[in-house]
Amino acid sequence: MNKPFATVLDSATSLKNKTGSWRTMRPEYVTMLPPCNATCPAGENIQQWLSLAQEGKFREAWEVMVKDNPFPATMGRVCYHTCERVCNRDQFDGAVNINLIERSIGDIAIANGWQFESVPETKNKKILIIGGGPSGLTAAYFLRKLGYGVAIYESHIKLGGMMRYGVPRYRLPGDVMDSEIRRIIDMGVSVVCNRMVSDIKTEARDFDAVYIAIGAYQAIKASLNVQEGSNTIDAVELLRKLEDYPSSLPTLGKKVIVYGGGNTAIDAARTVLRLGAESVKIVYRRTINNLSAHDTEIHEALEEGIEILCLRTINTVEKGKVLLDIMNYDEENDILSKTEQTDSLPADSVIFAVGQSLDKEILKGTKEISISEHGVIEIDRNMMTGAEGIFAGGDAIMGKRTVTHAIGAGKKAAKCIDAYLQGLEPSVNIKNPAATFKRLNTAYFPQNPRVNVSRLGDISFEEKNISYFDQEIVDEASRCFSCGNCFHCDNCYGYCPDNAIIKYPDGSLEINLDYCKGCGMCVAECPCGSMKMTLDE
Amino acid sequence: MSHLTIGNRLEKNVTAQSMYDRSNSLTSGHRACQGCGEALAARCILDAAYIATDGKVAVINATGCLEVFSCVYPENSWQIPWLHSLFGNAPAVATGVAAAFKRQGKENVRVIAQGGDGALADIGMGCLSGMFDRNDDVLCVCYDNQAYMNTGVQRSGATPAFSRTATTLPTGDYLGNDVQTGKNLPKIAMAHGIPYVATASVSNIHDLEKKVAKAIHLKGARYLHVHVPCPLGWGYPTSETIKVARLAVQCGLFPLFEAERGKVIKSTPINAPLKVEEYLKGQRRFAHLFGKNASSDALITLQNIADDNIREYALVGDPNE
Repeated sequence: MNKPFATVLDSATSLKNKTGSWRTMRPEYVTMLPPCNATCPAGENIQQWLSLAQEGKFREAWEVMVKDNPFPATMGRVCYHTCERVCNRDQFDGAVNINLIERSIGDIAIANGWQFESVPETKNKKILIIGGGPSGLTAAYFLRKLGYGVAIYESHIKLGGMMRYGVPRYRLPGDVMDSEIRRIIDMGVSVVCNRMVSDIKTEARDFDAVYIAIGAYQAIKASLNVQEGSNTIDAVELLRKLEDYPSSLPTLGKKVIVYGGGNTAIDAARTVLRLGAESVKIVYRRTINNLSAHDTEIHEALEEGIEILCLRTINTVEKGKVLLDIMNYDEENDILSKTEQTDSLPADSVIFAVGQSLDKEILKGTKEISISEHGVIEIDRNMMTGAEGIFAGGDAIMGKRTVTHAIGAGKKAAKCIDAYLQGLEPSVNIKNPAATFKRLNTAYFPQNPRVNVSRLGDISFEEKNISYFDQEIVDEASRCFSCGNCFHCDNCYGYCPDNAIIKYPDGSLEINLDYCKGCGMCVAECPCGSMKMTLDE
Repeated sequence: MSHLTIGNRLEKNVTAQSMYDRSNSLTSGHRACQGCGEALAARCILDAAYIATDGKVAVINATGCLEVFSCVYPENSWQIPWLHSLFGNAPAVATGVAAAFKRQGKENVRVIAQGGDGALADIGMGCLSGMFDRNDDVLCVCYDNQAYMNTGVQRSGATPAFSRTATTLPTGDYLGNDVQTGKNLPKIAMAHGIPYVATASVSNIHDLEKKVAKAIHLKGARYLHVHVPCPLGWGYPTSETIKVARLAVQCGLFPLFEAERGKVIKSTPINAPLKVEEYLKGQRRFAHLFGKNASSDALITLQNIADDNIREYALVGDPNE
């Protein structure tokens, strides 16, 4: 070979030098579970639909929502959005307005008439759902999607359960709820309303499985003296009458007392205000911090002029007034005790909202279904009651009584019923490790503080229209940190000093371990914590 | 989503570094340390120049880390025309290469001279100053890692005050490199009145690429000074190169600006300046400024330097404006 003077070796590229051999730690791509998804009682993949919303793909985002929850527009109104409370952005400049985005996309779906796919009844099996509330309807939706035949027996004159008979219309307009219910029924669900089930076993004969989603409609009676001539009503009854027989509402008068500290108490109080009461006071036995109602609801009730009197129990309801005992509450040890002091308030009527329980009447004939000491139906981990093939969920079982939890229970019940009918164990979802705030690199997120949108309008049964416009959805969704899920920002690819990350034309990424020296820059600069270092083998 | 990241899935090719088919001017297999800021900056700058010139670019490299780790006989990592001569003469060689291209009628081929702070602030300062003086058609890029890293971290003219190097070891009352010594290369370049001077940071690729794309096509002498943290010489974990670079910018110790004909025309604002401690405390070269017996005077002095930069380059907008 004819080489220049003093040149012995052929020139070559440094690609021959596999610097990957220097490495002791290696980066890898991981998918972590964002806190919003982790906490959602309905198990929604919030991060994923926010990501699609960022791209303006509202239809696709909606499709992802309804994979877990067939009621986006409803949930976007009545869900207490625990997702926002745990949102990592809350530690930066305020949580993403997840709830309002869900509502806005849900509204777009209704406006455009997006429907669920109608699936033929391939499974040749029929399931009876007792109770057409959020849990029963959700179970119906998922079971129909799986190809089962579904019948719903509803004791009220309309479907909707607590969405209709518990949530007042200023929070959830009837047409929104009706559109989302109709979408499920249109999948081919047979519905019988005004159908009281008295003997589950007899009814179950024609079906392969039963889902009891009867809710908890019976008002718990507070132990107190109600004297003759006084005007009292249970909150559940008031809300139900208002929906089905508004003309038969009792006269409540000008000064109304609501007794209780949950969401139902607040709903009842705000409803009464809309019915024309001049003064509405909520009487609650513990302190304001212990109210079980949601913060937003409490805040809105106070804004509307409702007074909340804490550390009071009602002793006696008389005509025209209530006699109260003043309480003492030891928060640390959770001990509530009466003091010697008393108080009284003028009251034209008193509304009780101290809790609701299950109507046990329909369970009488079925001894195998047992009721726990908390007064709810006992189920096993696959949601089956003591009776073979009879499942239960929603407010009728132990757990939080919210629409979101009911939807989550309906989804799980459908999965369990499907597994039962196939003679299988339900599949277990393996959860990814948590994507914590600590894992994020927030240097890549400019400050863009949350803007709260108030739902408060006039005091009426009309809902205030606060849904986002299209661009607002995109902008708000773009605040999502995409915790623990790669959003293809290319930081790893661009910052690698060794070109040890390969980017393919479709944007996908791969680590080239031939050259990766294991410096960890890609992991440190990943904005969303979807990379980590692990020991090299 | 964010617009500060290198790429963006909704917009293709927001930076040269986000392109799947970028030229990778400096390819894999080079022997730079783990987490090398200089290797990263070199690829970013030359890839951006490659795109801006449609591949018509030639590079003259001074001796230093960049040269040593990228061409170990008989291999080399350069995927663009590249030439190395001596430690001190890169700007002069680049002058000659540019003149040769001109003679051949190939003025569309753009010439870059590049080297470290040692090659340009100290050893090759005469050649650099001469190139500026003659307004030769060369873009000179200085990769500033603030000491002679290749030979074992000795002090250079660009080593900052109070920094520990092999030749400025803090002992007794001596707190590392003296204050009021050294050379501010961007200002020296500006003093020559050349068409374009800019500073850039490896933590802001968008800004870096824009400055390269602008500088590469200007005629005459141009100078780009890039802050490239060095995990080995500065003493911080290899994963933190970008973080350290970012903190230097955010505290005001390394201002990002552009100057034309000796006048600052634009600076990159920092919204809420950090205290210099935030930048210094993560680095072993400044570790003697912290701890029980440390004197706060040094930190005050460094903070004053940062504050002066913030004023001089108007890095923080006047809230009354």
